[in-house]
Amino acid sequence: MGKTFAEKILALKSGKKSVVTGEIVTVSPDIVMSHDNTAAIAKKFKQIGIDKVKHPEKIVIPLDHCVPAATEKYAANHKEIREFVQEQKIENFYDINTGVCHQILPEKGHVLPGSLILGADSHTTTYGAFGVFSTGIGRSEVASIWATDEIWLRVPETIKINIEGTIPSGVYPKDIILHIIGDLGADGVLYKAVEFGGKVVREMSISGRMTLCNMAVEMGAKIGYVEPDEKTIQWLAPRTNKKYEIIKSDTDAKFEKIIDYNISKLEPQVACPHTVDNVKPVLEVVGTRIDQALIGTCTNGRIEDLKIVSEILRGKKISKGVRLLVFPASMEVFAQAMELGILQELVKSGAVIMNPGCGPCLGAHEGALAPGEVCLSTANRNFKGRMGCKEAEVYLASPATVAVSSLYGEITDVRGDLK
Amino acid sequence: MSIRGKVWKYGDDVNTDVIFPGKYTYTITDPKEMALHALEDLDPKFAKEVKKEDIIVAGRNFGCGSSREQAATCLKYAGVGVIVAKSFARIFFRNAINQGLPLVQCKEAVENISSGETITIDFEKGELSCKKGVFKFPPLPESVLGILKDGGLIPHTKKILKIEEGE
Repeated sequence: MGKTFAEKILALKSGKKSVVTGEIVTVSPDIVMSHDNTAAIAKKFKQIGIDKVKHPEKIVIPLDHCVPAATEKYAANHKEIREFVQEQKIENFYDINTGVCHQILPEKGHVLPGSLILGADSHTTTYGAFGVFSTGIGRSEVASIWATDEIWLRVPETIKINIEGTIPSGVYPKDIILHIIGDLGADGVLYKAVEFGGKVVREMSISGRMTLCNMAVEMGAKIGYVEPDEKTIQWLAPRTNKKYEIIKSDTDAKFEKIIDYNISKLEPQVACPHTVDNVKPVLEVVGTRIDQALIGTCTNGRIEDLKIVSEILRGKKISKGVRLLVFPASMEVFAQAMELGILQELVKSGAVIMNPGCGPCLGAHEGALAPGEVCLSTANRNFKGRMGCKEAEVYLASPATVAVSSLYGEITDVRGDLK
Repeated sequence: MSIRGKVWKYGDDVNTDVIFPGKYTYTITDPKEMALHALEDLDPKFAKEVKKEDIIVAGRNFGCGSSREQAATCLKYAGVGVIVAKSFARIFFRNAINQGLPLVQCKEAVENISSGETITIDFEKGELSCKKGVFKFPPLPESVLGILKDGGLIPHTKKILKIEEGE
């Protein structure tokens, strides 16, 4: 009987010949990521009673959740992190001028196929787009790994999701993953490893695959995974010269379930307040008034996303009364968008170009909502209170849907404008 | 070990944002202050009225969403003795254990417990007693139980490193 990717990689990282689903193994991760929560983790680390982290070279720390600091408290938090990084000689530290963690870890060459990455952030699943086993953990766990280089993980069962068909016009990877989450539910694949495959995924850009894996956690997945291919190798080539080994599920691996989707007739999708699995076709909510439109975050702030947005907004003005905030996911994306003239066009349309970072996604700053307001966002979460106000509403959609809706001041079906 | 307490009952998919809002994640660092905001966006009464060893009973996927450990910390410091749910989101599950906050997964019991009643949980026997009867639940894996018994992951790691030093 063949083995799944999850079984193979967890055997490798725990130093065992083979492991079985359900087994609890002790593993040593290749990379441990933490962000603005690093100061809190450092405090826990010090409580353990040792001075130096075991493997500073495995630690990657980007500041992104509230950058630049919004208040004195945030500033003090960042200062503590900078001091800790110096004290521990952590070289892979990225200050406020770099971008969102899940974008810059791949960009800076820290994400290699066949590696195990753990991060103090639930959307750490994003790196699965590169054939990595990557998942979120808590603050105490990061502190403990810094001290011991070890953590326990349960070997998850694997669910294979095959996406077949041809992507219709106006439909993007975000619509596909929203549709799947809506179909399977917020706990549809709880604890499971999810492998995305099929023709649509093979043809999909790295950016689109990142969107799928980023949101896998919104249906409870432990990891998302896409088998690396020539595209992956090409994407990584200019970013790392480290060797890596591609790990794939065997052709006769035992999956717990195989779920097939044909998306040839899929329409643009939107997740309605206040849960990510409350998904409807855009057509059902067309006309819903919006106050804020947000493009960016670790889900949809890449150059591919900004290109789509600029094509829709080119030469047009956004609706009066709508605030359009654009957060490129990283400085690399920001610079590319600038070189391509995208930022200039977006500004002409009335967008506010923000600095790379998480922005208001978690409600900390840079565009929090007021009671009664509605935001249409390309982010990954729309829980009550998520953007700083529990009397506000957040809808989630593709960059194209958000862009076209900002033109009309209400949720709009992008297909009307593409024709 | 057993816990007896009053039940606060909630539904499915209670997420980390309603347990501990994101706007506080980097500004509140004292666990006692975190406790004042526990379940703020779901049930504003909770933080004011919760008593030591009270028990949260909830539906499926409790703690879904963010990896923020404060979601577990704020409930622990609010006095919650144990959380019983039909299922837990995986990072919340880890965070609760790592904070020394016990969890019981038992679908059948959840369906038979009402808000406000007093229930008893016996961890050694793996039994939950409520008005409508006694329900069995599976024990936690040994390695996970070890963390819980040491009062959480940080004291557990401390202990392990000390043992290694002594050898």
